[in-house]
Amino acid sequence: MKALAALLLALMPFAAWCGEAVPTEQDPVHEKRAVKLSEQLRCLVCQNQSIAESNAELAVDLRRQIRDQIKAGKSDNEIVDFMVQRYGDFVLYRPPLNTTTVLLWGGPLLLLVIGAVVLARNLRERRHRAAEPELTDEDHRRAEQLLTGGGKDRT
Amino acid sequence: MNRFLIPLGVFAVLVAFLAVGLTLNPREVPSPFINKPAPAFQLAQLHQPALVFSQKDMLGQVWLLNIWASWCAACRDEHPFLVELARDRVVPIIGLNYKDKSNDAKAWLTRYGDPYTVSVTDANGRIGIDYGVYGVPETFVIDRAGNIRYKQIGPITRQALDGKILPLIRELQKS
Repeated sequence: MKALAALLLALMPFAAWCGEAVPTEQDPVHEKRAVKLSEQLRCLVCQNQSIAESNAELAVDLRRQIRDQIKAGKSDNEIVDFMVQRYGDFVLYRPPLNTTTVLLWGGPLLLLVIGAVVLARNLRERRHRAAEPELTDEDHRRAEQLLTGGGKDRT
Repeated sequence: MNRFLIPLGVFAVLVAFLAVGLTLNPREVPSPFINKPAPAFQLAQLHQPALVFSQKDMLGQVWLLNIWASWCAACRDEHPFLVELARDRVVPIIGLNYKDKSNDAKAWLTRYGDPYTVSVTDANGRIGIDYGVYGVPETFVIDRAGNIRYKQIGPITRQALDGKILPLIRELQKS
């Protein structure tokens, strides 16, 4: 028993070697920027994942590319431009506003305006209807009949 | 009547949009390189690593840049077409061996035939990134002035070859 404990104790220092995550970037500020940038960029291999999430080999390469460029002192804009130059606007999860994306950016606003107009029209119509209940002479006559108790449809 | 026509109209427009959307291929991302100069590279040749090859060496010729790897299954599908192009001497093809081991690449070429005028190695994929490569194989058609004119994403098919690539090559070779 003692021997086993001694053996375990002797092995203790080695335990410290395993399971320790290797930091991908020494400088925490750089690391934060790299993560933020890679979250904004779409991985072209698995298109519904960002470069930060994807484990595709291309995403790994692009993450390394981002880190290298940060280390080389490039600004965030320069790095994004680098990606757009190579992969097009498609890599941006936040597409730029231009002629092909006008509908994309303006669509929700357009739908909101259409919805507001339809709502306003419906409300006005309803108020109009409630204010002036249109009763025909026939309706008046039937009401009269019911009130005086002479209704024929009474069972 | 209006009560039914308006929702029906909205529905029809929605269906039209979705129908068009279904026919689009999300994998075919338009390349931002079309009609732009081919990115520069200087890479070691696969068979003679001591020799360096650059895209500038092809100026004045219409050529194909084919990005491939021995680990890429679709590359085997398109390979017969490349071999055919090389056999008929239609156009020089430069092979860019992407993120591959040189020995594997050489063995692959010995086995399936080597259609490449020159093969270069891009072991870490840096040049691949410069060319916006995201799905091997990819093939670029590059004109005499060194501009990219067409990008084939994924394997070359008979349809793509006869419908687009060959007519474009002939047209570019005339000018």
